[in-house]
Amino acid sequence: MTDATLSYGHGDPYQLHGGRPHEGPASKRIVTGYGFWIFLLSDIVMFSCFFAAYAVLLGQTAGGPRGAELFDLRSVALETAFLLISSFICGLAMIAADLRNALWFQIGMAVTCLFGLGFLALEFREFSELVGRGAGPTRSAFLSAFFTLVGCHGAHVSAGVLWLLTMMAQVFAKGFRADIMRRLLCFALFWHVLDIIWVAIFSVVYLLGSAA
Amino acid sequence: MLGKLTWAAIPFDQPIPLIAGAVVLVGILAVLAWIVIAGYLPSLWREWITSVDHKRIGVMYTLLAMVMLLRGFSDAIMMRIQQAIAFHSQGYLPPEHYNQIFSAHGTIMIFFVAMPFVIGLMNLVVPLQLGVRDVAFPTLNSVGFWLTATGALLVNVSLVVGEFARTGWLPYPPLSELTYSPGVGVDYYLWSLEISGVGTLVAGINLVTTVLKLRTKGLTYLRMPIFCWTTLASNLLIITAFPILTATLAMLILDRYFGFHFFTNEAGGNVMMFMNLIWAWGHPEVYILVLPAFGIYSEVVATFSGKPLFGYRSMVIATMAICIISFMVWLHHFFTMGAGPNVNAIFGIASMIIAVPTGVKIYNWLFTMYGGRVRFATPMLWSIGFMVTFIIGGLTGVLVAVPPADFLLHNSLFLVAHFHNVIIGGVLFGAFAGYAYWFPKAFGFRLVEGWGKAAFWCWLFGFYLSFMPLYAVGILGMTRRMQHYDVAEWRPWLLVAGFGAVVVLAGIVCQIMQLVVSIRDREELRDLTGDPWDGRSLEWSTASPPPVFNFAVLPDVEGEDAYWTIKSRAREQGLLRGEPDYRDIEMPRNSATGFVCAFFATVMGFALIWHIWWMVIVGGVGAFATFVAFAWRDHDEYVIPAAEVARMDRANREARLTALKLAGSSS
Amino acid sequence: MNILDPQGPIAAANKTILVDSVAIMLAIVVPTIIAIFAFAYYFRATNTRAFYLPNFAHSGRLELVVWSIPALTIILLGGVAWIGSHELDPRVPVAGTGSPVRIQVVSLDWKWLFIYPDQRVATVNALTVPVGAPLEFELTSSSVMNVFFIPQLGSMIYTMNGMVTHLNLRADQAGDLQGLSAHFSGDGFPDMLFDVHVVSPLDFPKWVEATAKSDSVLNADAYKKLSQQSIETGRPTYRLDDPRLFNDIATLRIPPGPGPQLTDNVAKSKSESGAANVR
Repeated sequence: MTDATLSYGHGDPYQLHGGRPHEGPASKRIVTGYGFWIFLLSDIVMFSCFFAAYAVLLGQTAGGPRGAELFDLRSVALETAFLLISSFICGLAMIAADLRNALWFQIGMAVTCLFGLGFLALEFREFSELVGRGAGPTRSAFLSAFFTLVGCHGAHVSAGVLWLLTMMAQVFAKGFRADIMRRLLCFALFWHVLDIIWVAIFSVVYLLGSAA
Repeated sequence: MLGKLTWAAIPFDQPIPLIAGAVVLVGILAVLAWIVIAGYLPSLWREWITSVDHKRIGVMYTLLAMVMLLRGFSDAIMMRIQQAIAFHSQGYLPPEHYNQIFSAHGTIMIFFVAMPFVIGLMNLVVPLQLGVRDVAFPTLNSVGFWLTATGALLVNVSLVVGEFARTGWLPYPPLSELTYSPGVGVDYYLWSLEISGVGTLVAGINLVTTVLKLRTKGLTYLRMPIFCWTTLASNLLIITAFPILTATLAMLILDRYFGFHFFTNEAGGNVMMFMNLIWAWGHPEVYILVLPAFGIYSEVVATFSGKPLFGYRSMVIATMAICIISFMVWLHHFFTMGAGPNVNAIFGIASMIIAVPTGVKIYNWLFTMYGGRVRFATPMLWSIGFMVTFIIGGLTGVLVAVPPADFLLHNSLFLVAHFHNVIIGGVLFGAFAGYAYWFPKAFGFRLVEGWGKAAFWCWLFGFYLSFMPLYAVGILGMTRRMQHYDVAEWRPWLLVAGFGAVVVLAGIVCQIMQLVVSIRDREELRDLTGDPWDGRSLEWSTASPPPVFNFAVLPDVEGEDAYWTIKSRAREQGLLRGEPDYRDIEMPRNSATGFVCAFFATVMGFALIWHIWWMVIVGGVGAFATFVAFAWRDHDEYVIPAAEVARMDRANREARLTALKLAGSSS
Repeated sequence: MNILDPQGPIAAANKTILVDSVAIMLAIVVPTIIAIFAFAYYFRATNTRAFYLPNFAHSGRLELVVWSIPALTIILLGGVAWIGSHELDPRVPVAGTGSPVRIQVVSLDWKWLFIYPDQRVATVNALTVPVGAPLEFELTSSSVMNVFFIPQLGSMIYTMNGMVTHLNLRADQAGDLQGLSAHFSGDGFPDMLFDVHVVSPLDFPKWVEATAKSDSVLNADAYKKLSQQSIETGRPTYRLDDPRLFNDIATLRIPPGPGPQLTDNVAKSKSESGAANVR
């Protein structure tokens, strides 16, 4: 065989000629953010399974109510507003953290929490009302899929609220230490992604469902 | 107070699980007693249980896998004996027991043997090959391991408290729904896998971030060892596929616990949706298992041929192609569900396409040997055994990827033989090769070769004796999971298969002997140089075992086969490179977070299975509190002073001077 | 039950594809395996006569061959798969002599019910069909998933509750065959074997007539009894009064089988009574 062979000690066996040299391991903040993004992407894959199940089971109402008969779009609009506002306030809280301003950070996080809780209260009311009308998740496959998809998002919001309160406590106790800042970065990413998932939910479930 | 749990849950009236459980319990208590009495408990806690060192965690994963291999194999040999006996007879295992055994066998082998084995090897080796000190998230790594152990524990508890699932290793509804499986068996399965699934996902996130963001200076992607590429591909599959498993099992949990209707017969549930979802996870899962094995073979074949791996770039392309295509073939697991000719044909063709990059890999290993100087150490024997065995398994795989052929072979023992062919011949042989190859690096002494070779030959012959007859009996129409049968033509094949299992047992005994003898004779088997095989990648530049910080100074890599480059230059020049500039090193502190969190997860899992709701809350609160306690730590790192680093590194340099027979080092 | 001994055209065609595919692949696989042994042996370290190419790690020409061999094989087999999948799809009707026989199959826990809607009879665990006639199966399940499979007649197909799958077969030789369920369905699963009697076109109507004289009627009540979990060791036969029974089962107008009724599986006591009754 007279083809090209691999030679050693030469840094460029594939003749890439330059390119950005690899400087070594990335910094902790980049690594943490990157890893958390990957977690969020995996969570989005999980949500897409629930979306898929919802799409498959959309028509399986077992003689029971369809989405259009059940959805209260005003409540949904209010929930959306709450989540969007909470995301915005969360963004402000992060700016306060970057500026190391503990007071505005805590205020921002508290307001974020209130809006998050407001969202959860509205959703809890919607769910209990549906169950009261006999349109609970055990009524049909469609309703199982609906409650699971929307409820999974709600469960994530609840976990987020718990995390939010923990972060408030951490900053209160220890200030804006580097590791706490990294955790805030992750929390903020989480909270914003929840918003993105909600956009998908209200579009696919509520808007499309009501139009049908 | 205790939910569904009563004394009736313990199988006092079934001798086999009762005795097995009692023996295991006594064994565990004996080991624990020995540890405590001999005073090993504090160092066990400090050095292993709370360790966040990827090397320790990798070893623990591998140990878990090997212990669970014994459990999974016991199930296997029980099944083989039953099928050898149960001709015109009920055998010695009644159906409800046999059905649990084959379900436990598959579940344990996939989730608690194969997965931990490959994850353990990746954990141990990848940071060393990348020239860095640890994975991206060391404490999370520990959490992932201990959650996997929780899953394994719950599955084993089901042997003595309650029952295990009787649905097969994938719990197809409606059989797995509450109507047709009212006991706790399916719940054991579901919670065990949901919990260990979190552990696996965590490992996936860790390793992807490590490979993409944590490489030493100069180690560009195309200079990484192939094992790192296959680690990347496998873990990308983990992070995209495991959420599907989590979601699907969650849907089944909601059906069983809250009366939802995802997969029930009534109210619009859709059984076919389960098939699609579970196999959308299930197919990538098998590539999660086999890709790291392919990486191991690439390392081993190159090292033991004394040549670089042939066709590095096309290996990378093949690896990533397999990664992507593995998500496009899932329907081949249910061609006979009636999806129609176009759908069947497309998925069949896609399944065949994935055989192309796999075939390319085989040829690349072949041409790595070409023109080499092949040494038949145990890892190389496993690799050659793999190449031949896996090709046969691949052939039968492409065969069942042709829908009309699958219409005759689906769910038969031919299929069972096929997937054991590729999993044992591919994944398990690779894991054993990696175990033998990297054992000296992990522990500082080699495994004794004689017993290793004996183990290999027993496994090889045992595998063929066990599974070639199953191909035959599948052709004769026998389907899988039969507790008894009356067809005379099947019997002789099943008898041979039973004998094959005994030969495999001999192989396992040889492996145990190998370990015992190697530990006993470890001084003679010491690896003094850190490089017992004349290796090519960076892990061989460290001492055996490496210091906790792996490298005194992170290496600056200049080409492929990074350590070979360094060694070649050293041999040419007759010198080591000069001493580096030693600095203090910060390493992450140990943490009990993983272990304690897993303890609460076990409590929660057990409570969920038995409907003990107050205990669920206790477990959940405990797990959350553990994380908060961890987050409240003020000191998460400790410092190793430069002098200590220098001392350890100088000893390593001395050893390498001797090994390479060099005159000295440049100053 | 040897799939290499087909007794009908579908099985014969499936077998041809199976054998041809294996042959095509062996043409590649055998030389590769020989090469593995040959290279490993010839280039062993102790063989000082063998050449050593320490830098041989890349060859464009070799790569081309190495990628082409599997690719061409797969292209060939892909064609086989495409054509075969279309020709042998279970829904494709099979030509034959005589009028098609419609058989409605219900898999139960743990037995097979065969309903002949046109002949107004039904049987359990025994399927009687005429030689050479097209057999049109419609299948469903009373409870859990099963797979209907007569190895020597050809393709298997899933049975699922609330859904109807379709299969078309033909038997070309008179004689007795066996069928089974090819999907695990619970404790009584290994006993879900059924007899297949392929009779001459003259004997078939005689069999129908004899069976129609049966004392038992298959109606919703009799069906409900059958859907209880049990193993059937006999071969009961029924008259069928209402040919819409299958439709009621498949659309869940008749609810699915009830599953285990006791904490212990009912099948346990039955299976311990031994397999002596089977055939």
